[in-house]
Amino acid sequence: MARKLSITALVLLVAVALALPAGAQKGPIKIGFLAPMTGGAAQIGKDMTNGLQMWLEENGHQIAGRKVEVIVEDTQGQPNIALTKLQKLVESDKVHVLAGGLFAHVGYALAPKVDQLGVPMLYPVMAADDLTQRKPSKWVVRNGWTSSQPNHPFGEYVAKTLGYKRVVSIAIDYSFGWEQVGGFQKTFEEHGGQIVQKLWAPLGTTDFAPYLSQIKRDADAVFALMVAQSALRFPKQYQDAGLKAKLPLLGGGTTFDEFVLPSLGDEAVGGISALIYSAALDTPQNKRFVTEYRNKYKKVPSYYSEVCYTTGRWINEAAKAVGGEVENRDRFLAALRKVEVPDAPRGPVKLDAHGNPIQNVYIRKVEKKDGELWNTVIHTYPAVSQFYKYKPEEFLKQPVYDRNFPACKHC
Amino acid sequence: METFVRRAPRAAALVAAVVLLALPPFVSSFMLSLLTQALVWAMLAMSLDLLLGFTGLASLGHAAYLALGAYSVGILTTRHGANFWTALAVGVLLAALGAAIFGLVALRATGVYFLMITLALGMTVWGLANRWVSVTSGDNGISGVPRPRGLPFDVSGALPFYYLVLTAFVVAFVILWTVVRSPFGKTLVGIRESESRMRTLGYHVWLHKYVGFVIAGAGGGFAGVFWAYYNGFVSPADSELATSVEILLMVALGGRGTLFGPALGAFVIVLLKNVVSIYTHRWLLILGVVYIGTIVYAPEGIIGMARDWLKARGRAQLRPAPSP
Amino acid sequence: MSLEFFIGQIFNGVSYAALLFLLVGGLSLIFGMMRIVNMTHGSYYLLGGYVALTVMWRGAPFILGIVAAAVVIALIGIAEWNAFLKRLSGQELGQVLTTMGFALIFQDLGLIIWGGDPYTIKLPAMLSGSWEVGPYFFPVYRVFIMGVAVVVALTLWLVLEKTRLGAMMRATVDDPEMARGVGINVHAISMGVFAMGAVLASIAGVVAGGFVGVYPGADFEILPYAFVVVIVGGMGSLKGALVGSLLVGLLDNFGKALFPELSYFTLFAPMALILAVRPTGLFGRV
Repeated sequence: MARKLSITALVLLVAVALALPAGAQKGPIKIGFLAPMTGGAAQIGKDMTNGLQMWLEENGHQIAGRKVEVIVEDTQGQPNIALTKLQKLVESDKVHVLAGGLFAHVGYALAPKVDQLGVPMLYPVMAADDLTQRKPSKWVVRNGWTSSQPNHPFGEYVAKTLGYKRVVSIAIDYSFGWEQVGGFQKTFEEHGGQIVQKLWAPLGTTDFAPYLSQIKRDADAVFALMVAQSALRFPKQYQDAGLKAKLPLLGGGTTFDEFVLPSLGDEAVGGISALIYSAALDTPQNKRFVTEYRNKYKKVPSYYSEVCYTTGRWINEAAKAVGGEVENRDRFLAALRKVEVPDAPRGPVKLDAHGNPIQNVYIRKVEKKDGELWNTVIHTYPAVSQFYKYKPEEFLKQPVYDRNFPACKHC
Repeated sequence: METFVRRAPRAAALVAAVVLLALPPFVSSFMLSLLTQALVWAMLAMSLDLLLGFTGLASLGHAAYLALGAYSVGILTTRHGANFWTALAVGVLLAALGAAIFGLVALRATGVYFLMITLALGMTVWGLANRWVSVTSGDNGISGVPRPRGLPFDVSGALPFYYLVLTAFVVAFVILWTVVRSPFGKTLVGIRESESRMRTLGYHVWLHKYVGFVIAGAGGGFAGVFWAYYNGFVSPADSELATSVEILLMVALGGRGTLFGPALGAFVIVLLKNVVSIYTHRWLLILGVVYIGTIVYAPEGIIGMARDWLKARGRAQLRPAPSP
Repeated sequence: MSLEFFIGQIFNGVSYAALLFLLVGGLSLIFGMMRIVNMTHGSYYLLGGYVALTVMWRGAPFILGIVAAAVVIALIGIAEWNAFLKRLSGQELGQVLTTMGFALIFQDLGLIIWGGDPYTIKLPAMLSGSWEVGPYFFPVYRVFIMGVAVVVALTLWLVLEKTRLGAMMRATVDDPEMARGVGINVHAISMGVFAMGAVLASIAGVVAGGFVGVYPGADFEILPYAFVVVIVGGMGSLKGALVGSLLVGLLDNFGKALFPELSYFTLFAPMALILAVRPTGLFGRV
């Protein structure tokens, strides 16, 4: 009897011990990465994953002493597919942290779901303004930028330094385009400029002829916000319509991005734009980043690559701060919000009180060097926040930039 | 043996019912969301089946009704705080209205012309969804659609919401089943077989087709309402041509003219799209092969194949055993 | 609305119409002859662009790119028709689904072979730049596209109206059974027309590659436009294809410029209205 009891007790003890989660031994840190791997933006998706992969390889695929597993899911650039993949990553793959996403409208669509699922997600690319302004999300950590962020200083630069008075804007008709133009218009008009015409082209437009013929020829310059394949088409068509000779071309952040520069020619030379990064940035850490990336992937890195590379670093810093215990989601989230990266390839990055990076904004000009096109940095605005020089409370009183805000008073 | 052949479909339906009713509390939340999604598309596919399978009209614009239902919910819930019943009513009515208008144009044609006209009509809805930015928010889509409000029980959780959608599916199925079993439905089948014969027999062919068209549209809108609630998001992609073609595939793959078939086809396609892309990036290729394979190997769909198999088994059993 | 605006938009509309005509010219005849709803037509367009790119990357000139594209796509089109579409005559649903399947397969193959980058076809120097005529700038390339379309239209018209082959083609469009009855090799003619339609679509893809580029997704983007032109112009009619292209090209451009919020609607709604009045399209022969 006693023997039976003790054997049973022993078996039970062993069973319980085996069933209990092992203390010191932990599985890998799982990162769920969302990007468009097929469809029109597939190459951007590759730039994004390449950036992250490069950081991981440089660091032995380890974060805070634990192995790292990255699960990449294809969003096809569509919000409803991104939503399903998000759920799969959290519920089926049980990832500890999410990152990625490309289009701003996907960013707006995912945020409520991320909050519902309660897993931290980093937005290195998706720039939707309101997610760190009027529609803050608890679980989204924005370590990239807001759409309007670089254009606040840019509007000022164009009005004061370039001296343009009347500008026509043409932009892609979705939230990113609205917010980019809005940021530009606000500061440009506050410093004496006037937006005299606002044109909007649908996402995916490749033939700009109907819009180009509408551009008012008596303006001083044209501000064009283009993304992906629109960026590829626009400069040449702008030149062919005879506009390049008459109206200098200013670009939104993605118009002359390193992603499209290799495919553009002389028609892009002279284009001035503002962004949080340039591959031509002359700092030791960026030069190293660009050389390594080029060796590995045979392409100059775009800002998509940089922000995803820095995301790897970001997750690492936060994981180290919680001693590798990323399973504790609340603590991990808090750590993610406290990360500061003083020496990212794009410069120093740290989050403001609303959860968006304070970082340098570079005014760049497309120039030809040794037969290649580069975004030469012609001016730097250090430590720019999403609110620029405005007081956050004041700024948040105005509505989010959209098609009709700021209104086109001089149209 | 004949009883097995006759009982098999009923048995299969029973199994399906048990699975859909009892299993969900035990599956992963990922699988639960897939099942919910599949039910929505099953409703959509069944509504198209009324048109395609029972009336013989292949439409390339059915996604328009999905979109009309979905956008109604999107706009009413995010901008006017509408509750579930209001959003549902408006969604279904708007889709029915759309079908009523489109039907007047489309039903002047048959066959290939009908396909093309419904394509053009579907594209008008797509065009509006894409470019009428002040109403639909264009490419951004409408995000932040809350879970249904105003119901006696809280459906914000995934499981309660699933059961709501399941209820909707049952309602849709019962309605459509009643329609196809009714004299009206039998007339539609007669029209599918031969319009001229029905006309000579004195049936008002156009009116029957029109009513069927409107019911199918309303059904599409009904599915669209739940699609918006499920995603929490509405976008122009809901109305694009590829979506309309995909609904056709679900009907064809499952087996047109059976209601069960298209529902099954919807399940297969939803699971395929979501699960396959976990294992390979080449899911487009696989989907393409499914499209072609369906027509080449199973033109009567899965249900058709099952029926043939059952018939063959039935015949085999009736054959006398070889003499020793 | 200034004169400059109108002239500019008309020019744009007509040059876009030229591109559409190239894309759709053969499609209309294919429809008329075989009633085939071909969702792969957009793929012929895109693959044509990709083939030309590949050939030109190896140093071949633009014209050789066009030829290569035409040859390869002709082969693909004939193969698809012979292996699958021939058997599906009269089965619209089967055609839609089979050709859609091919369209998806080709889209993925395109991604596998050429990757996801958007590319541009480098134009020969004499086709780049613009002609300045007073205050107007006419991109030379768009004029070139119009020229190509005119040449193709004339050739097609001459063949159809003035040659015996053309007579056989027209007979097959009007009444395939009768045509077979009088000894016309309907099978060969059908295959030939199908191949021609595919070739024209591929040429359109190469030509478009010079200004909108060659990129994944271009196949499905152009498809609704192609169908709408055929529907409105009427199936089986060359004149219909021309008129339909002009209508769509001009409506699209003016719509985008004058009513940007309704720009796709201003395109597809008139289509629907025309069909409400004439379900077979403006000049439909069948």
